[in-house]
Amino acid sequence: MKIYNAKPILIGLAIFIGLATFPLWFNMGKAAPPPDPKLDTPVIQRMAVKQCIMPKDQMRTEHMQLLNDWRTEVVRNNNRIYTASDGKQYNMSLQNECMNCHSNKSQFCDQCHIYAGLQADATPYCWTCHIAPKENK
Amino acid sequence: MGIKFSLLTVVALVLAVFLGVKAAGLQYFFGVIFPYAAIFIFLVGFIYRILKWARSPVPFRIPTTAGQQKSLPWIKQNKIDNPSTTAGVVARMALEVLLFRSLFRNTKVELREGPKIAYQWEKWLWLAGLAFHWSFFIILVRHLRFFTEPVPFFVHMTDRLDGFLQVGLPGIYITDLLFLAAVTYLFIRRVVIPQVRYISLPADYFPLFLLMALGLTGVLMRYFTKVDVVKVKELALGLVTFQPKVPEGIGVLFYIHFFLICTLFAYFPFSKLMHLGGVFLSPTRNLPNDSRMKRHINPWNYPVKVHTYAEYEDHFRDKMIEAGLPVEKE
Ligand code: HEC
Ligand code: HEC
Ligand code: HEC
Ligand code: HEM
Repeated sequence: MKIYNAKPILIGLAIFIGLATFPLWFNMGKAAPPPDPKLDTPVIQRMAVKQCIMPKDQMRTEHMQLLNDWRTEVVRNNNRIYTASDGKQYNMSLQNECMNCHSNKSQFCDQCHIYAGLQADATPYCWTCHIAPKENK
Repeated sequence: MGIKFSLLTVVALVLAVFLGVKAAGLQYFFGVIFPYAAIFIFLVGFIYRILKWARSPVPFRIPTTAGQQKSLPWIKQNKIDNPSTTAGVVARMALEVLLFRSLFRNTKVELREGPKIAYQWEKWLWLAGLAFHWSFFIILVRHLRFFTEPVPFFVHMTDRLDGFLQVGLPGIYITDLLFLAAVTYLFIRRVVIPQVRYISLPADYFPLFLLMALGLTGVLMRYFTKVDVVKVKELALGLVTFQPKVPEGIGVLFYIHFFLICTLFAYFPFSKLMHLGGVFLSPTRNLPNDSRMKRHINPWNYPVKVHTYAEYEDHFRDKMIEAGLPVEKE
């Protein structure tokens, strides 16, 4: 069977296939290893029970929602104390609480965020105002 | 009838994944086997459909135009709406594909008192259609962050532009709202306008419901019941690098979302969604109106047996001379 107007149609089809398979040839068969957020900060190492504010699985997925709630509580309701489900109390602060324990931002937060496709230094945009912990890189 | 059938099909698909993952532990099927099969069907089906269309000859120009064709030098040609060159056609196609120019000309007919017939401005379909397609495309580009490492710059750029409102955490994407609103409008339009409802089939409702469910599960998973995005990316990267693995502990919502999009891809070549490729093959849009400049020969013309006058004269010359008829060659 004859194909009419073969040249433009085949070129178009080739472009389409190229775009549709973009992830296949872009990664060239190499899967980057998943991130491995480091917990070896001085504060965490001194903890007897190494636990975060919520259970680990919940932290992994919901930490941004927690931060959002904290921000609202502090900025709108002037309430700085957060009582966790296990009764522990935390100071609702990004810089003074999260980053006190997780003072290794580039080895911790950034590891996941860059892998998940948030842009380094741009998303999350918190660090345009909040001060990131000093690290010896 | 069509609505109920389509809705039930989508509900059944969602339930199938839910049970498959929750009760039967079929993560590997829904996370690896079905996606590979779906992409394979999509690519092969797409190529097959396009090549099948390409086998239909389009011998002549079909100038359904909205402007003055190229004519006498002092009459101004509308170079985009009635192009006579390839460049003009490219411009017309670009406007058609990127901005839906034909749909922009959409009007509504109404019978008013009198009776009088009236044609009315009707841009809502165009607006919702454009909003839907562009949001879908932008969401697709943003989703590339799951399938690439390092994430290319244009994905970051789209992501930041789309999320620039910076409302809430995770930040709202404008296209999420647009997408859901547009799909809902497109559905309501089918149901509310009697003429459109009359011509709507399950094949029209099913993709709409599928897209609605896709958008809803996506939004749920981003803003409400979170899933572990890092593990999702592990799975996605595994797929595109042909080292598939299924990390433990991704929420079932992700499998539903993923199954719906794979269903959409597998369904694509068999459905009206093929207009993605078909729009480029629209004869009324992709042919320059140059019938008066070029001779277009019908490709299925076979050599016709002709008897020219010269041959006729050779044949009958003697008789013609006898009868006193004029001949060209003595
Ligand atoms: C008291 C110290 C402490 C504070 C405060 C703290 N974390 Fe943690 N965080 C930890 C420890 C310890 C772990 C490891 C938990 C485990 O392995 O079960 C952890 C785990 C996590 C994880 C999961 C990492 C992984 O490997 O999956 C995330 C995400 C996280 N924290 C984010 C935050 C954020 C955001 C805040 C502020 C809202 C915060 N943490 C506040 C100590 C802390
Ligand atoms: C425009 C600058 C700006 C940006 C960007 C910004 N914040 Fe804030 N944030 C503030 C200010 C100002 C306060 C008030 C500090 C106070 O009263 O202690 C605050 C307070 C907070 C608080 C509670 C108080 C504390 O000490 O942390 C949290 C939590 C918080 N922000 C989280 C975030 C997160 C998460 C992001 C990124 C998504 C972010 N902020 C981005 C300016 C900003
Ligand atoms: C286990 C990996 C992981 C770790 C560790 C982690 N995050 Fe995240 N974080 C994510 C993922 C994944 C997202 C994006 C979720 C999405 O796209 O829906 C995210 C999103 C966010 C957002 C919202 C960004 C936006 O614009 O939507 C903030 C704020 C945030 N993380 C803060 C932190 C901070 C602060 C830390 C370090 C204390 C941290 N995260 C550590 C995985 C992680
Ligand atoms: C083109 C088809 C798809 C459409 C229209 C679509 C739609 C959406 C929408 C509207 C969202 C809400 C958040 C956002 O916009 O980023 C979303 C989120 C999501 N989608 Fe899709 N999706 C598609 C394909 C896929 C595929 C193939 C995957 C497999 C990796 C996937 C995985 C996810 C995940 C994990 C989220 C949550 C992201 C987050 O929490 O930040 N989607 N989707």
